[in-house]
Amino acid sequence: MMTQEHPRLRELRFTLQRIFRNPSAIIGFTLLIFFVGVALFAPQIAPPKYAHNPYLMPHKGYSPTPKPPGKGQIFGTTSGQYDIFYGAVWGTRIAFKIGLFVVGIAAFVGVTLGAVSGYYGGIIDEVLMRVTDVMWAVPTLVLAMAIVVAFGRGLDKIMIALAMVQWRWYVRVIRSEILTLRDQDFVQAAKIMGVSDAKIILRHILPNAIYPVLIMASMDMGSMVITASFMSFVGLGAPRGYSDWGQMVALARNYIVGPPDDPLRFWYTIVIPGGCIVLFVLAWNLIGDALRDAFDPKIRRR
Amino acid sequence: MEKILELRELKKHYPILGGVLRREVNSVKALDGVDLDIYRGECLGVVGESGCGKTTAGKTIIRLHDPTSGMVYYYRKDKGPEVRIDIGSKKGSTLKKLGIRGKLQMVFQDPTTSLDPRMLVKHIIAEPIKEQVSLGGRELEHRVVRLLGLVGLTRDHLLRYPHEFSGGQRQRIAVARAIATDPEFIVLDEPTSALDVSVQSQILNLLKSLQETLNLTYLFVTHHLLVVKYMSHRTAVMYLGKIVEIARTEDIFSQSAHPYTHALLSGIPVPDVEHKQRRIVLSGDVPSPVNPPPGCRFHPRCPFTVDRCRDEEPPLEGVEAAHKAACHRKSEVEKLVRDRFGTHAQ
Amino acid sequence: MTTLLETVDLVTNFYTYEGVVKALNKVSLVVDHGSTFGLVGESGCGKSVTARSIMRIVQEPGRIEGGKVIVYLDEKNRQAGVDLLQQSEVYVEGLRGDQISMIFQEPNAALNPTMSIGDQVSESFLFHQKKEMCAKILEDLYALECRVFYPLKKFQQAVYRLAARDPEALALKILDRLPIVRLWRKRLKKEAKRRSIEIVGKLGIPYPEQIVEQYPHNLSGGMKQRIVIAIALACSPILLIADEATSNLDVTIQAQILELLRRLKKEVISSILLITHDLGVVAETCDRVGVMYAGNLVEVADVKDLFIKSLHPYTKALLEAVPKLSMEGTLKSIEGNVPNLVTPPPGCRFHPRCPHAMEICRKEAPDLIEIEGNHTVACHLF
Repeated sequence: MMTQEHPRLRELRFTLQRIFRNPSAIIGFTLLIFFVGVALFAPQIAPPKYAHNPYLMPHKGYSPTPKPPGKGQIFGTTSGQYDIFYGAVWGTRIAFKIGLFVVGIAAFVGVTLGAVSGYYGGIIDEVLMRVTDVMWAVPTLVLAMAIVVAFGRGLDKIMIALAMVQWRWYVRVIRSEILTLRDQDFVQAAKIMGVSDAKIILRHILPNAIYPVLIMASMDMGSMVITASFMSFVGLGAPRGYSDWGQMVALARNYIVGPPDDPLRFWYTIVIPGGCIVLFVLAWNLIGDALRDAFDPKIRRR
Repeated sequence: MEKILELRELKKHYPILGGVLRREVNSVKALDGVDLDIYRGECLGVVGESGCGKTTAGKTIIRLHDPTSGMVYYYRKDKGPEVRIDIGSKKGSTLKKLGIRGKLQMVFQDPTTSLDPRMLVKHIIAEPIKEQVSLGGRELEHRVVRLLGLVGLTRDHLLRYPHEFSGGQRQRIAVARAIATDPEFIVLDEPTSALDVSVQSQILNLLKSLQETLNLTYLFVTHHLLVVKYMSHRTAVMYLGKIVEIARTEDIFSQSAHPYTHALLSGIPVPDVEHKQRRIVLSGDVPSPVNPPPGCRFHPRCPFTVDRCRDEEPPLEGVEAAHKAACHRKSEVEKLVRDRFGTHAQ
Repeated sequence: MTTLLETVDLVTNFYTYEGVVKALNKVSLVVDHGSTFGLVGESGCGKSVTARSIMRIVQEPGRIEGGKVIVYLDEKNRQAGVDLLQQSEVYVEGLRGDQISMIFQEPNAALNPTMSIGDQVSESFLFHQKKEMCAKILEDLYALECRVFYPLKKFQQAVYRLAARDPEALALKILDRLPIVRLWRKRLKKEAKRRSIEIVGKLGIPYPEQIVEQYPHNLSGGMKQRIVIAIALACSPILLIADEATSNLDVTIQAQILELLRRLKKEVISSILLITHDLGVVAETCDRVGVMYAGNLVEVADVKDLFIKSLHPYTKALLEAVPKLSMEGTLKSIEGNVPNLVTPPPGCRFHPRCPHAMEICRKEAPDLIEIEGNHTVACHLF
């Protein structure tokens, strides 16, 4: 061996190579990097007008009719004269916030419960899975509405509501993974050595079971943003004027179709926030797909 | 010879749950009353067909499984005078506290599944050592390298993943991990059946030499009779959760006293064209261990069944001092086989 | 003896992420009518790929890149050889399971868990032997004891006459669309079922009538393997390819299956291509043996010659590495490992492990040459 590279690095490089052999991964990651850039540099790209709450879109006037792109407003203004460009830029931050918060909490709770339930089995499994079954019976929309009614409108409430229901998916995925891993010889071997259960789960089982979760989390990053947008659209989520893509679409709902002689006159009010949502979700889905291909045990080298 | 392990009426039943309330309706009798003495420094072969309970036996002895009933006595010598400890009823954590955990180890059948695919060789072998003693990084690495040397690998292999090795090398790593804690007793569960012929002999020879240098006791579980003949000093033949015959390996092969052993022996395809042997082809399959047949468990397939076999279960009794068989007609089996199937070619 | 199957310089490559796996490197073997040919080697040596290439069922990402697979189905006519690699997929499909059958290692994977055993065996008959079965039913219909309502009988006779001539006829396809008329097929199914029971019984399975009503999960491993053999034998093939057919079975069950194969070879099938890693199985069942190593056929000989006076160093080492009944001392082992076929060693692929390696072995790959009557070996020593 000529160069002794650390094996973990070699493995990482190998996995990255596998991922980036896939053109959809390249598109996905390019989009993602673009969105991350926009989110990071939002204050530079679109300087906030209200220092106390940069997520509020600035608006000049209250006219309900949108204004087309032009000087001052690159993307035009939507109903209520809110600046679409500003909303699109700061909406990126919101989208990441929603995705990371919901998926982070859901994955953490789901993986913990699923791991415990799958590894120990028996009565613990029975109880945890029945609790999860009860959670499966809760409709997301109704829960969100209940929370909003109880605690008031706001994007944070929606995020909590989504996190409360989303973990049930992770429980199932990780549990089924662990059920197959639990009886694998290497876990048995660790037991013979006297390794404690907690160490077995953390050191042997989770590293081998985490890949489906990663794939699902990446897909969920997108779909959570869609769901939150939908909530905002129906009026449960972000308040009026908040730079949330769903809320922006909601603002424009009266202008989806323009006057009869020019049905596409207000296209920018819908296409820009809508397009942001679509591209954001697309980015995560492409990444999820690429991860799935890369981690597929069938084509993984022996 | 001194004993290292003693099994008394060891049973392992896996429950079958049924009904709405998931109550136990029946059980798979994987081990159904096994008495066995294992002596220090020997290699005891356990042979039988799939589902006869040989792997379960191995796993229950080293307490990977909890026995349903019966005793597993371990004769402990390393600290002062010999003491007899019943490890069958102790919890895993207690075993670890007593320091017995590391003394009983196991090598699994398939090294691709018995090594964690996401761990480096270094960590795989260091893991059991770390469970026993706390060592500094350099000393730990030193020990790992020494273990690798014992199994014929080198320092270069430290920082690699299991999938970068061939099957034989992987099994060497698994062996290195098993001997990392200075064990006294190792269960070898079909250690070569996932390997190629040309590699199989490498591993067998390695295991043999390790047994001598480290003074190990082996329980060699396999379905491959020729491998048992090569490896073990004594051989136990299992059928449906029971030992049907146990003797010195030469005796098993030359003067077995149980019809099942005869059938097993004659069933081996021998890589030898010069002596073709007469073959006893048994009819039917191994019965289900859920409802083993009454009387002698082998009677539905046995060519020499008499009425007594259907009603009365034969005990495992001595033909000679070190040769026991569980058959009502054990004294005449040899003759019966010769009359029915011709001479048992050797 | 006349040749039944011949492969000439068969090359199959697998295009994987790590590179091109050269699984078969010009494999040429000959299977005669009425013989059992054993193909032995370690895992990854290409023995299964050879069988799959012959049947043209190489899995993705494998591709047959060159060579010929010639079958001489007609024992008399030496000229009638057909190169399977040149034929259309439809032609080969008709051949598979009819003239050439294959059984695999894992009977569970070969049987459909949701179909009864009888249906699965019948399927093979319905697919390959429609004509013969229709002719048989037609005969039965003319027989006196067949009591059917007369006009119906007339109609059925007409249909079966047509079906016996051309099972793919347009008229039959139209009839199949008509609700009640469609029932004419019932007889065909019944006949297929009857034949399945017959063949299952032939394989030494007790109570075949009950077994055909069962589903795969009701049967034991040995029994399932028999059913797989029954399906393979349904159309009395000329060549049966058994790919590790007994490797997963227990010793006593393996003995039963080998016994069965030996009996079948005498009675039903003319030739068997037996693929195995177990030299014992080869010694007991085969007439001729080919030893494969790393994608090459290194030695071909009659079974006696191979076991008594093997020539190739690999064969010798392999024979010394297996434990035997009459054996003393330690086992010899072959040092090193099977090479990676993405970058096989240059020259003779065995040279890194060979005790007799010479300068030429490192550079030039040896060809298969005939040493004495029917004993060929690929080694520079000879």
